Amino acid sequence: MMHDLYDSQRAMRHMRKAAMQRGVVAILDVGTSKIACLVLRFDGPEKFRASDGVGSMAGQSSFRVIGAATTRSRGVKFGEVDAMQETERAIRTAVQAAQKMANVRVDHVIACVSGARPRSYGVDGEVNVEGNVVGDADIGRVLAACDVPDYGAGREVLHAQPVNFTLDHRSGMADPRGQIGNKLSTDLHLLTVDAPAIENLLYCIKRCDLDLAGLASSAYVSGISSLVEDEQELGAACIDLGGGSTGISVFIRKHMIYADSVRMGGDHVTSDIAMGLQIPHATAERIKTFYGGVIATGMDDREMIEIGGDSGDWERDRRTVSRAELIGIMRPRVEEVLEEVRKRLDAAGFEHLPSQQIVLTGGGSQIPGLDGLASKILGQQVRLGRPLRVQGLPQAATGPAFSAAVGLTLFAAHPQDEWWDFEVPTERYPARSLRRAVKWFKDNW
Amino acid sequence: MFALIRRKAPAPRHEPSLDELMTQRRLDPNPELKIRRDPAPTRWNYRYQRLMLTPLFRAGVRIGLPVLLIGLITLGWFSNAGNRAMLTTRISDWTEAFQNRPAFMVASMQVTGADSDLTAAILSDLKLTFPLSSFDLDLAGIRTSVIAYAAVKDATVGVQPGGTLVIAVTQREPVAVWRYNDDLWLIDDEGVTTGLLTARGDRGDLPLIAGDGAKEYIAEALALFQAAGPVEDRVRGLVRMSERRWDLILDRDQRILLPHDNPIAALQRVMALNEAQDMLDRDVITVDMRNAARPTIRLSQPAVAILRNTSATQVEAGQ
Repeated sequence: MMHDLYDSQRAMRHMRKAAMQRGVVAILDVGTSKIACLVLRFDGPEKFRASDGVGSMAGQSSFRVIGAATTRSRGVKFGEVDAMQETERAIRTAVQAAQKMANVRVDHVIACVSGARPRSYGVDGEVNVEGNVVGDADIGRVLAACDVPDYGAGREVLHAQPVNFTLDHRSGMADPRGQIGNKLSTDLHLLTVDAPAIENLLYCIKRCDLDLAGLASSAYVSGISSLVEDEQELGAACIDLGGGSTGISVFIRKHMIYADSVRMGGDHVTSDIAMGLQIPHATAERIKTFYGGVIATGMDDREMIEIGGDSGDWERDRRTVSRAELIGIMRPRVEEVLEEVRKRLDAAGFEHLPSQQIVLTGGGSQIPGLDGLASKILGQQVRLGRPLRVQGLPQAATGPAFSAAVGLTLFAAHPQDEWWDFEVPTERYPARSLRRAVKWFKDNW
Repeated sequence: MFALIRRKAPAPRHEPSLDELMTQRRLDPNPELKIRRDPAPTRWNYRYQRLMLTPLFRAGVRIGLPVLLIGLITLGWFSNAGNRAMLTTRISDWTEAFQNRPAFMVASMQVTGADSDLTAAILSDLKLTFPLSSFDLDLAGIRTSVIAYAAVKDATVGVQPGGTLVIAVTQREPVAVWRYNDDLWLIDDEGVTTGLLTARGDRGDLPLIAGDGAKEYIAEALALFQAAGPVEDRVRGLVRMSERRWDLILDRDQRILLPHDNPIAALQRVMALNEAQDMLDRDVITVDMRNAARPTIRLSQPAVAILRNTSATQVEAGQ
């Protein structure tokens, strides 16, 4: 199964290692409304957490941000590349500006995809432990033994993270290596995305002379950056309200167990405003960010917003709209997005989690009053999340709109163990089957 | 002509039209909303920037390229023979002009501390033509050539302010005359011959030494002459015997044979005897001090005869 994927993901891991050795890697968040590029400098591997419980197979590092740039996104729709040349130009702009700020050339880039219709699968596998003690090979084998669902042609596995290990009757193990048991089983969280969307993005990155050193789902990485540790431990959902898509990721026991994306976001709110008020998109975006909201009060009826125009028609150019009207346009769309999120969470069985914390992040979460509206739709435990603080990050890039970018930096520094981080199961080798035949003969004669 | 000198007429004031007034009346409420072109670097610009951020390439451009350029220009300039010749003549002209400044010129020469013969010899030997730049003077060479003279013990050569080449010579002072192979040599206290003497009488003030290897022991000889002070007016000279020991010759062919070891003490004994008993005034030919335990005196033949006669008469008288 998935040998090509295994090899390509492993190649990406090697690329990441090479980037770590060079000490400089770029983070690229290709979103629908903006493209952010951060340049990270790694101080050197294994500064901390070397002996702290579960070590990561891919290596860890401490880093600082030495360059950051944002540019308006072009040619991206629903978090997917729509016009390739435009997207390439936008990526080039962001990368060049970040490089200029960092004053260093970047060759490796870690990117995230927000759209591409992610789909989560929970799969499990079971295998008998060779000998008594669980070793690396056993983990590789049990991961390989997972029966992968038919996720369809034209889709790629983006994440395959072991979420849980069970050794005999003991479940909930994070790292069974070195433990004694007979039967090892695992739960694997598999996230697949549309292959063409990924390929388009990779092509754009390749056209910019950059090597891809990692790829992540933006819902996952914004969850990493905006959920605090106990939320990740006890169960929480991160809602990343982006421009063209809204990412959902559910975490428990520090693992992502579900991710999805709603193909609606802030840009739809903007286009609703533009259509409803008959104003250009730029003006709509402006009055949305300046005066937008979702809960109207009596005060808002009296607050008039000039929406203007440049048509030369005095009547048209002096138009005003009350804030209540604006809220009246925005609210249904935001509600729709949140309802859709709610549906996805219900489908994922979010209500069965012990804690049902919901964290809203992303640029769309800055709408005033959103937490109030969201708590009506999604449940009582709603908070607005901002990304973790990262060393060297400029102030302008600390807002919730950057939670995916910041999450990618964390992902770059401390990647989650994935299926391809473990050794190739030995069963693939012919020597193994030969040995098995010999063993069978020995046992029977 | 008239058109050329005429002042330029001032431009007529711009009268705004009604349309312009109407459009200018209202300011743009939000100027930043004007559609901005999204600035994106071109592919080549992007590549160029990345190339310039490559450390090695940047170092090459910042250091390597200028060095290469300068090197090429220099090479091209030097490949022309005329340029090379011009450069060398220019440099030699400059050095000459600098060296021939009046501050560096030497106009005269002066030899101090030498007698007239030596001075004349040095002056004629150096053959310098003045005026001369001090850069052209080989002071060390002059010094070695001056020191090469036997009569010169040491010399200091220098250019004094005012442009005078001063050769300060320390001449060897003769302290004795050495007779050797019928020649008379003047000898200084280091045993170095400083010149020939035509007649002994020219330097009657200096003591005379003779014999093979005498000049190597001039210091001992001088000490012996010092010790022979009481009979100074009678001393004729010292002779080195068998390159081993000294004989002190007095007038009347008297000879004091001194030992190899500790000759001065032996001579002092002789001087003490002489003072006590006027030994050397007597008719003694040789005082042999070679064996310190047995000093021997040889009398002259007549003295022996007289002594013999006297003793015979004494014996007879006693009988």
